[in-house]
Amino acid sequence: MTPLDKQIPVAQTITATGPDLPATRLKVCDLSLSYGDSRVLSNITLELPGNRVTAFIGPSGCGKSTLLRCFNRMSELAPDCNISGTILLDNDDIYARSVNVAELRRRVGMVFQKPNPFPASVYENVNFGLKIQGIRKKRVVDETIEWALRAAALWDEVKDRLHESALGLSGGQQQRLVIARTIAVRPEVLLLDEPASALDPISTLKIEELIHELKREFTILIVTHNMQQAARVSDYTAFLHQGRLIEFGETEKLFTRPSRRQTEDYITGRYG
Amino acid sequence: MHCDNRLGRWLHSDTPWIWLNAGAVALCLLTLLGILALIGSRGMAHFWPADLLQAQVVHAGQSRRVVGEIIRHEQVSVRRLQQAGLTLATTSPRVGRTLIHGGNRELGDSDYFWVLDSALRERAYPDQLAVFERTRWGPLYGYLRGVSEDGVALQGADGDQARLWQRFERRRQRTAALRQEMEQIESDLLPRLVRRLERLRHQQRPPRERSALTQEQQRLQQRLEELRRQAGRDRFQVELADGRIREFAMSEVIRAYRPNGMGPVDKLKHVALKLWEFLSDSPRAGNTEGGVFPALLGTVLMVLLMSLLVTPFGVLAAVFLHEFAHQGWLTRTIRIAVNNLAGVPSIVYGIFGLGFFVYFLGGRIDALFFPQALPTPTFGTGGLLWAAATLALLTLPVVIVATEEGLRAIPTSLREGALALGATRAETLWRVVLPMASPAMMTGVILAIARAAGEVAPLMLVGVVTQAPGLPVDGNFPYLHLDQKFMHLGFHIYDAGFNSANGESAQPLVYATALLLLLVILLLNLAAILLRDRLRARFRALEPEL
Repeated sequence: MTPLDKQIPVAQTITATGPDLPATRLKVCDLSLSYGDSRVLSNITLELPGNRVTAFIGPSGCGKSTLLRCFNRMSELAPDCNISGTILLDNDDIYARSVNVAELRRRVGMVFQKPNPFPASVYENVNFGLKIQGIRKKRVVDETIEWALRAAALWDEVKDRLHESALGLSGGQQQRLVIARTIAVRPEVLLLDEPASALDPISTLKIEELIHELKREFTILIVTHNMQQAARVSDYTAFLHQGRLIEFGETEKLFTRPSRRQTEDYITGRYG
Repeated sequence: MHCDNRLGRWLHSDTPWIWLNAGAVALCLLTLLGILALIGSRGMAHFWPADLLQAQVVHAGQSRRVVGEIIRHEQVSVRRLQQAGLTLATTSPRVGRTLIHGGNRELGDSDYFWVLDSALRERAYPDQLAVFERTRWGPLYGYLRGVSEDGVALQGADGDQARLWQRFERRRQRTAALRQEMEQIESDLLPRLVRRLERLRHQQRPPRERSALTQEQQRLQQRLEELRRQAGRDRFQVELADGRIREFAMSEVIRAYRPNGMGPVDKLKHVALKLWEFLSDSPRAGNTEGGVFPALLGTVLMVLLMSLLVTPFGVLAAVFLHEFAHQGWLTRTIRIAVNNLAGVPSIVYGIFGLGFFVYFLGGRIDALFFPQALPTPTFGTGGLLWAAATLALLTLPVVIVATEEGLRAIPTSLREGALALGATRAETLWRVVLPMASPAMMTGVILAIARAAGEVAPLMLVGVVTQAPGLPVDGNFPYLHLDQKFMHLGFHIYDAGFNSANGESAQPLVYATALLLLLVILLLNLAAILLRDRLRARFRALEPEL
């Protein structure tokens, strides 16, 4: 065990180790964010591997949700938002002026904490993204919807009630529906903001299994305050505290041999 | 501290509050029902065939026969009558008197007169006493004595009333058919022809094209003359109250009936007939008889047009204020200003509509599109379009406020969900937010309809008249005449109630029209409420009660 009081620069903890290093899809370059006068994120620098699940963990208010929302520029929706630094998606600066934000949000999909299906049928919910993209041919739409619902492990439960209201589904089913509608537009990255925190344990388990399946096609970033979930689900973990990135590394290593004392304190539950 | 006695405990319990609230609701309901009952009963008097009275009036030693309809009966103080110049030999402080409608307006009798009860003798309700509803001069009361054609009596006063009436009915129906054809030529075919000729003349086409139309015009006019002659052949004789027998033209009679002999079924059939006439006919006899169809159509069309105008503007304004505008002091000021606009008196809107819509906009439109008709204004004068626009302005604040309420109630999570799927703000609004806010928008429209359908004052300035030249919707291109003046139920009530020459006879019609206006507003509101309920059912689970 490396002595924890040694001040190891954060940069050193970022470089991934291992022969099967996947290509880096997302690069966060010195990102800082403040809402008005309050600073929420300070100088975050991070490289996130593709086709893997990366978890953001940390105590409440440490900025993990805010960081997540930066990846699809949803953080801009709040007033008085000031961002410096940038994020690169496949080496494209997503904060560049020429970027079409709507297109970015198609490529980087997001699932929220509380399931938010539209007050429409299951079919229409999943169809929403397709309609926006202009995909109208019935055969293509039907096939895509079936694929998305299967990929979200929801097809068997809804195939007989596709045109009934989505609001009649249970919480766990609604969240899987939201996931289905998000992946229907074939994003490259999936942002999951505490996707199972509002659900019961069985649904949580289903969602976690789903994440495991989905990472084969998508790069997944997940925010969770449940450390056991982070340990179960993710390949890489980033620990944030008060808007700063404290440590980043492979989940197994971070949870068993964290490099920094703060990380260990949090993981062992000395503060939360 | 609760008092120990029962009264104290009762006062501190829920019960007094429940009674108070229920009492307030009951009071509102009673007021509403009372209004409906009053208007309804007075209005239905217009349709119900009242019994006809025949009596002798004794006055200063002389006795004369009167026939007519009893309108009402009241007790009046003797002193008031004596002050009016009447000498009465009675000891009681009050006497009863009856208002009788004697009809026969053109014959010089005052058609409404009061008779003291003491002077009214030998009351009878003879079966053969008839009322003849006419196209002019109001009803005629009397006994049918004969029917003639071209001066030749077809049936004299030989006592067989049944056959006489049969003959009368047949002739009346025939004449009515002739009259209908005349009306069609006069009010539809001929004017259409004249309009086409006018248009050709404006376009300065060669006279060759016009000659066919001119020939047709002549043919129609000849036919009109022929019909008029035919209709004038039939006449009938009536014995009046004073015993004289006078002759009248059959073409003037709309219907004739003997109410005293009518059983309840017949009377109900009569009521149905008159109701239909009320709803489908145009007014006649100076807005005291006939129907209110033009006013009904005008009111409904104007309200619909106003809804079409106010909804997009109101919704767009509310969407801008809520979604796009930076929520600073300027937006707050605009919102306050919009809310205050709802309190401006409606006549001020009428004046604004006159100045801006009619004179400014209308004048410009005339100069650009209808220069050949000048100086006669087309859009530069009041009309259906400007009236609808003025009322749309009047009700705009209501729609804006209601829509903003609806937008506010939509959870942010839904908007974020749509945005996260790659929708632009416009797409989010159009596909997610506005459909969910549509029940609230409908609420705004309902309130707008309720407010606008009852406004009369601004309309007087921007396009409502007592007698419109034609219906706003008819068979002539462009089918919907936005530049034409129209009639309105509310204004009809005002005009018939206050401006008509014969106040008494207009009263039942005023009440009937008021009832109809209430019903129209109720139906429009019901339609909008049903629509809103359908929309609500779709989004029920997600939105709070709006």
